[in-house]
Amino acid sequence: MVLGTYKEALSARSTDKQIQKISQDGGIVSALLSFALDEKIIDGAVVSGPGKDMWKPEPMVAMSSDEILAAAGTKYTFSPNVFMLKQAARQYGLEKIGTVAIPCQTMGIRKMQSYPFGVRFVADKIALLLGIYCMENFPFASLQTFISEKMGVSPELVEKMDIGKGKFWIYTADDELSIPLKETHGYEQSGCKVCLDYVAELADLSTGSVGSPDGWSTVLTRTDAGENVFKLAVDAGLIETKPMADVKPGLGLLEKLAKDKKTKNQKTIDERIAMGLPVPYKASTEKEDPLANY
Amino acid sequence: MLARIKKFLGMEAKPAEEKEVPMEEKKVASNEEVEKVAEEKPKPRIGYIHLSGCTGDVMSLTENYDILAPLLTEMVDIVYGQTLVDRWDIPEMDIALVEGSVCLQDEHSLHELKEVREKAGLVVAYGSCAATGCFTRYSRGGQQAQPAHESFVPIADVVKVDLAIPGCPPSPEIIAKTVVAVLNGDMDYLQPMMDLVGYTEACGCDLQLKVVNQALCIACGTCAMACQTRALDMTNGRPELNEDRCVKCGICYTQCPRSWWPMERIKKDTGL
Ligand SMILES: Cc1cc2nc3c(=O)[nH]c(=O)nc-3n(C[C@H](O)[C@H](O)[C@H](O)COP(=O)(O)OP(=O)(O)OC[C@H]3O[C@@H](n4cnc5c(N)ncnc54)[C@H](O)[C@@H]3O)c2cc1C
Ligand code: SF4
Ligand code: SF4
Ligand code: SF4
Repeated sequence: MVLGTYKEALSARSTDKQIQKISQDGGIVSALLSFALDEKIIDGAVVSGPGKDMWKPEPMVAMSSDEILAAAGTKYTFSPNVFMLKQAARQYGLEKIGTVAIPCQTMGIRKMQSYPFGVRFVADKIALLLGIYCMENFPFASLQTFISEKMGVSPELVEKMDIGKGKFWIYTADDELSIPLKETHGYEQSGCKVCLDYVAELADLSTGSVGSPDGWSTVLTRTDAGENVFKLAVDAGLIETKPMADVKPGLGLLEKLAKDKKTKNQKTIDERIAMGLPVPYKASTEKEDPLANY
Repeated sequence: MLARIKKFLGMEAKPAEEKEVPMEEKKVASNEEVEKVAEEKPKPRIGYIHLSGCTGDVMSLTENYDILAPLLTEMVDIVYGQTLVDRWDIPEMDIALVEGSVCLQDEHSLHELKEVREKAGLVVAYGSCAATGCFTRYSRGGQQAQPAHESFVPIADVVKVDLAIPGCPPSPEIIAKTVVAVLNGDMDYLQPMMDLVGYTEACGCDLQLKVVNQALCIACGTCAMACQTRALDMTNGRPELNEDRCVKCGICYTQCPRSWWPMERIKKDTGL
């Protein structure tokens, strides 16, 4: 299955006007984490908070909805969220931790849960793992290069960044600029080139923009924990949904992108193996399902 | 190796029926689970051998309060171990858990380790001192009673090891999971521990050499979270090692999702 195992696929958005304004897409991550905090499903959440430099996030433990909202929006560079999980458990004493993770971070967390060799009393405290789709990630200096050098805008003036319709976009107070993704491709971190997961296949619930109209998100509920929190938030009127079949461009596009990523990166894996370089995945010839993430 | 382990546990070709523990269910091995396993399988004889380590590993073992009593009384027979069993000679046993590295100047330890290898079916390097040498690598000797004791090596440098469970100490959870896997003959779960036997020269710099330099790092931060001595920081999304703090336990590299990737196991565990 190219999108991993999921229970339901829906198009959804937060009904909260403030969240709609500040969030990246449908505000699903911020809405769900805030709701889970209010309902005591989690005691706090590890999110990508604002850092010292504009657009360079720092992982942080958010203990209130305000802190969760302060972290809304996508920063297209590294935020080692998994790093903070132990602090959340130890320094903050959280028993039920919520977090948001790109697919590779989801892998780090799940591996730690299945094989917690040296990690004491953290694995069982992850109560809600929200995954966000991810095609690639950029070192901070790459972002600076596109924005200041290629697009001629100072990063401080940028209010939002987005990737969509084959372009990298920035929005300032009075402008909207884009460059084709062709021009950003050479700037991705190299580790992304062997990544086989687009849609955070191992999260409790995954979300991202692809498949849904602007301002909405595509949601895949995966585990009981993910499904429960989502249903409760919908019942509480905090999230509105539409069937995937009723929205454009729909699930087909998500499946296509996920498949393209896997096919392209599996090729890189095969090339690396042929060169004798290490890689934690199998060659396509050793796989039953060429699209599986192993 | 696999065949040897299976033979020892008397579970050739018997992929013991899985009792999967869903992720949401917090305890890795519940009481009922332990009891169920205890009823089904013959009791393995286990010995605990303490070489050069800080006793943290056995402390971690005893932190499995909820399963420890059934573990000790119903699931296994502890046949050898300081303070656990009143016995001086090393008996035959199925599994030997070895805590601590072995000191090359300590004839008694070398002898004990070799004898254990002969008498035990499976030798498990339990904890990072046994598996990688860990902080004992840094010993400089000069201890009053034994001034010459200065070379401490992972036990696999001296004897053949079957499973390695690194960790400084290993978490109580991994111990519980391993015990249940061993009793169930769940070879898939144990496979990474067999593979880790060869990983005796551990260091935080493995991340640099084997992950970052190999164009595999993804800035997830798992390594820095897992480091038990806070020797790692994340700088521009990459692990940065403070060598003065690193004890060479190998946990950062072991937990990194780009060193080895047990997807099939994770799918089983999460039900995904
Ligand atoms: C590097 C990257 C690449 C992405 N690529 C795609 C893509 O190809 N297709 C797609 O549909 N979606 C992609 N997304 C996801 C998308 O941009 C949104 O994050 C997602 O739709 C959630 O939107 P929201 O409105 O529900 O979240 P919001 O309510 O806006 O909350 C966003 C959450 O994401 C967290 N976050 C922000 N930046 C990071 C980061 N760098 N690392 C980890 N967490 C972060 C914040 O802490 C916050 O909690 C990507 C995200 C990132 C970080
Ligand atoms: S593409 Fe994969 S490896 Fe790269 S940041 Fe996204 S999830 Fe991580
Ligand atoms: S950096 Fe930390 S986890 Fe890695 S080997 Fe050193 S002490 Fe162990
Ligand atoms: S755990 Fe591995 S991939 Fe993740 S940041 Fe550390 S070295 Fe990089």
